[in-house]
Amino acid sequence: MLHQYQLNGYNIVLDVFSGSVHVVDEVAYDMIALYENHTAEEIIEAMLKKYADREDVTREDLTQCLEDIAALEKAGKLFTKDTYAHMAFDFKKRVTEVKALCLHVAHTCNLNCSYCFAAQGNYHGERALMSFEVGKQALDFLVKNSGKRKNLEVDFFGGEPLMNWDVVKQLVAYGRSLEEPHNKKFRFTLTTNGVLVDDEVIEFANREMNNVVMSLDGRKEVHDHLRKNYAGQGSYDVVVPKFQKFAKLRGDKEYYIRGTYTHHNTDFTNDVLHMADLGFDRLSIEPVVCAENDPYALTKEDLPVLLEQYEILAKEMLKREKEGKGFIFYHYMIDLNHGPCIYKRISGCGSGTEYLAVTPWGELFPCHQFVGDEKYTMGNVWDGVTNTALRDEFKLCNAYARKDCETCWAKLYCSGGCAANAYHATGSITGTHAYGCELFRKRMECAIMMQVAKQTEKVE
Amino acid sequence: MTRIQTIETRDLAQSAVNGCGECQTSCQSACKTSVANQLCENSDEKDA
Repeated sequence: MLHQYQLNGYNIVLDVFSGSVHVVDEVAYDMIALYENHTAEEIIEAMLKKYADREDVTREDLTQCLEDIAALEKAGKLFTKDTYAHMAFDFKKRVTEVKALCLHVAHTCNLNCSYCFAAQGNYHGERALMSFEVGKQALDFLVKNSGKRKNLEVDFFGGEPLMNWDVVKQLVAYGRSLEEPHNKKFRFTLTTNGVLVDDEVIEFANREMNNVVMSLDGRKEVHDHLRKNYAGQGSYDVVVPKFQKFAKLRGDKEYYIRGTYTHHNTDFTNDVLHMADLGFDRLSIEPVVCAENDPYALTKEDLPVLLEQYEILAKEMLKREKEGKGFIFYHYMIDLNHGPCIYKRISGCGSGTEYLAVTPWGELFPCHQFVGDEKYTMGNVWDGVTNTALRDEFKLCNAYARKDCETCWAKLYCSGGCAANAYHATGSITGTHAYGCELFRKRMECAIMMQVAKQTEKVE
Repeated sequence: MTRIQTIETRDLAQSAVNGCGECQTSCQSACKTSVANQLCENSDEKDA
């Protein structure tokens, strides 16, 4: 399967099943499009007719180009066949090893953000804080069920995890005590709205957290419109100075400024650039996850605007990089040489199998977005995963389980997409969230174009 | 003249030869809502 597209002056050909990327001129672009269903003579005649006014397009030249295409096909870099489908269905036979937990240390929050998928932090349930005992048991469960995996991940999540900060620190210390005896390495991360960030939090997090995700939606009027406290006041002025200090003191350690865009800011590129202008250089912004009838829900009419915004952002990033003011945008951060192997691309995010969410009471769910939905309870940190039938469903939840993905060129980049988004959009974890797919494909087109631009050193 | 330039990429078929599972869980890394941008620290040695 091929995907051909033109963006920012580049003619790009992606060979889906080998992962090969080719940048070609318009003649080769047209020839590759005709290659599978036309004879060599038909292609040459069509090109001589289309490019009759071009001196460089000769029969000899076109014959050479066809030979180049044939050589790439023979080398497994063009028109590569799909030989991976059987792997996707072998996953059910694999022993499940858990390698990541999302610890819901606080089902409560000090902000009252309108669009919060976690229902202002309590996930449609009671407000609660995780005890150290539950968290400790969760880490023991993770170590015990991680098999030979060395790298383990724990994200402190909520709600607002800083509302249970002492327990977070105790759990980090406990995790560190498990590393040497069990030959494990914990990678702790923290997701915060920033309100309770202070010097002590910064110092501890910059020492112990591999990544810190800080919630900021961009421009002040955008952020404050939906991210308010319970008194109805926007939080921008409170959190921005704290985040700036946090990011500055993190040095080379990873962090992300993570925003959400909605129907109210479909020009979200301006919010990303605002983050960059505030001095942040690791940025992410995501489409809102909410019910279709929410006032801030993205609409069908918004889609072409959003797709164009991703292109504008990619071009602006290339421009800024050339000016020495570059920044990282999470979704454009692909590495064509050192990206994920085919197993990772097929198995996806691992929700419900190698990645689980833990509630303050120790219940296990497939991921943070299923928490609170009793149909998706998988077990608990004392007894482990008891709903093995549900785990088996998630084992097969990948691009090859979804009919809509059969003809999609991006399936080895998203692995079928987010199970929770699919569930909320279609009622099935093996459905697809078509709107999200459109956005994802555009992001991948932009990300690959940026890699092409950097490798060909041609910034438009 | 060359009309086609091939960008260097990891060969996906070759990457199947050995999956170590040590890479980062995608959803944990930044966005939590919406696998391509994960890195494989073992891509060189694994594919060799």
